[in-house]
Order: sequence, then C-alpha cells, then structure tokens
Amino acid sequence: MSKYVTAPLRLLKGFGRFWWDFLVGDTPELFLAALVIIGVTALLSDVGHFNAAAVVLLPLMAVSALALSLALARRSSRKE
Amino acid sequence: MLVATSVSSSAIVLVGTVFLACAVEMVEALTIVVAVGHTRGWRSAVEGTVVALAALSALVGAFGPALVHVPLTTLRLIVGGVLLIFGMQWLRKAILRSSGLKAKHDEDAIYEATVAQLRASGVERGRDQKAFVLAFKGVFLEGLEVVVAVLTLGTSAHRLGLAIVVAAIAIVVVGVVGAIVAKQLSNVPENAMKMTVGILIVSFGTFWTGEGLKVHWPGSDAALLVFVALYGLVTWMLVTFIRRGESARSVLAS
Repeated sequence: MSKYVTAPLRLLKGFGRFWWDFLVGDTPELFLAALVIIGVTALLSDVGHFNAAAVVLLPLMAVSALALSLALARRSSRKE
Repeated sequence: MLVATSVSSSAIVLVGTVFLACAVEMVEALTIVVAVGHTRGWRSAVEGTVVALAALSALVGAFGPALVHVPLTTLRLIVGGVLLIFGMQWLRKAILRSSGLKAKHDEDAIYEATVAQLRASGVERGRDQKAFVLAFKGVFLEGLEVVVAVLTLGTSAHRLGLAIVVAAIAIVVVGVVGAIVAKQLSNVPENAMKMTVGILIVSFGTFWTGEGLKVHWPGSDAALLVFVALYGLVTWMLVTFIRRGESARSVLAS
C-alpha cells in the first residue's frame, strides 16, 4: 500500500482510537449507562411527553450509573 | 431580571468549568515540560510546548466554526451525551482517589519518571529531538481533553469565544505560576480540582442532554446550579460511604 493511502488510514484509525478511549476506555458501563439515559429520556420527553418524569429521572439515572460504576470498581479492587 | 440572572449563572458555571479543566490538564502537562526543561535544557522543552499549543489551537480553529453550523438541538444532545460520559469518568476517578481506593495522581513520581527516561537516553547534539517529542506529547495529549471540553462547552452554550479566552487565560496563569514554583506542582490540590470539574461537567451533560431531548428544565438555565448542588452532595455522600466502608473493612481485617 502506498504511503498516500496508509497515512490517511493511520490518521482515521488514530482518530477512532482517541474517541474509543475517550468515551469507552476502562469504564464501558458508563458509556452504556449514558446510552440508556438518553434512550429513556427520549422516550419520556420526546415520545411520551412526560416532562416531569424526565426532569427527575435524568439526573437520578446519572447518579445511579456513577454509584454502580463505583461499586464495580470497589469490587474489583477487593479481588486484587 | 430573572433571565439576566440565569444567563449570568450559566456563564459563570461555564467559565469555572473551562478554567478548572484547563488548569488541571495544564498542571499535568507542565510537570512533564518542567522535567524536560530541567534535565535537557529549556529550548527543546519550550519548542515542543509551543508546537503542541499551535496544533491544539489549529484543532479548535478547524472544528469550532464547523460545530457552530450543526443544529443546536442535535449539537446539545451529542455534546450532552459526551459530557455526561466524560464527567462521570472524571468524577468516578476523583471519588476513587479521594476515598483511597485509587492512588492519587503523583506529580513528583511523574517528574522523576520523566527525568529518569531522559537521563537514560544520551544527550543529543543540536536540537534535542527526544526532549522536544516528550514535551510535545505531554502538552498535546493532555491538551486534547481540554480541546474537547472547550469546543463542546463553548459551542453548546453559544459562547465559544468566551470558552477559548478562558482556556487561554488558564493556560497562561498555570504556566506563569508553574514557572515560578517549578518543581512544587505536586502541592496543587489536583484531585479536588478534578472532582469539581467532574461535578460541573456532569451538570452540563445532564442539562444539555435534556435540552437536546426537549426536556423543559424548571427555572431554565438556573437548573444548572441545582445540578451542581445535587452532584456535589452525591459526590460527598459517595466519598464518605466508601471511606467508611474501607476503614471498617481494614479494622475487620486487622
């Protein structure tokens, strides 16, 4: 492969790796949690018109995701 | 009057978040630059730093104007999601460090490791390539997170100019202070700063995710301050809970 093809490919790969490390990294549970938060809030607000429920649930789900991720980290530190 | 108050409160939170995020990353980058400068001379260290800052500025210049053209609702949903993940990651790390489950970021250890790495490789004649690359990588990699924070926070709030100015001020302030205190960067309360930034970013992430999904926040922009208070309280509770659990465990184990 010529260097004119490999250079953009390497750049693209590096760009993809940066976003993977940035968003998923060693906490895939937080990435998944964010997807769930967005999905549930979209259902409540955009589709269901349950604004009050979305107002309460969005931060509550974020807090729960953080607590869950910390519990996982605590459990894995105990195993070590 | 209410609108003016809520607008200024969101601007204050934005300024605080960008300034602290830049300052934290700048401290980490500066540790490497100072180590390079002290070990191999300041020329290559400064050159590496300047080139990295120019590359980061070019990224902001390239992506900033492009992001402004994305429809605001879509932009806020994407940015909100990114900030939610990013903020929770920062907060998680800061809570783990604060409660003793994870070792704190040790600037002294990073400084010593960088010095050892540079001493192991021989001194080069002319331009010191190794020192240049190390300084460049240190500033560029730490700066990438700042670029993402500045672009996402600035464009979503429609205050990209303000975010860039605040980031530049943070870089200059930390740079000047760092040049004065040189090797005492380990005295900076980095984890407390990181925790504060985490709280602020999660708050922005929650707010903009909701805005992007057409959630109507009570009090409009002022809801941001409620989120800051809520996540601050939750962080304090989680740190206290984990600390107590760990100390009880160590008492049982002894």
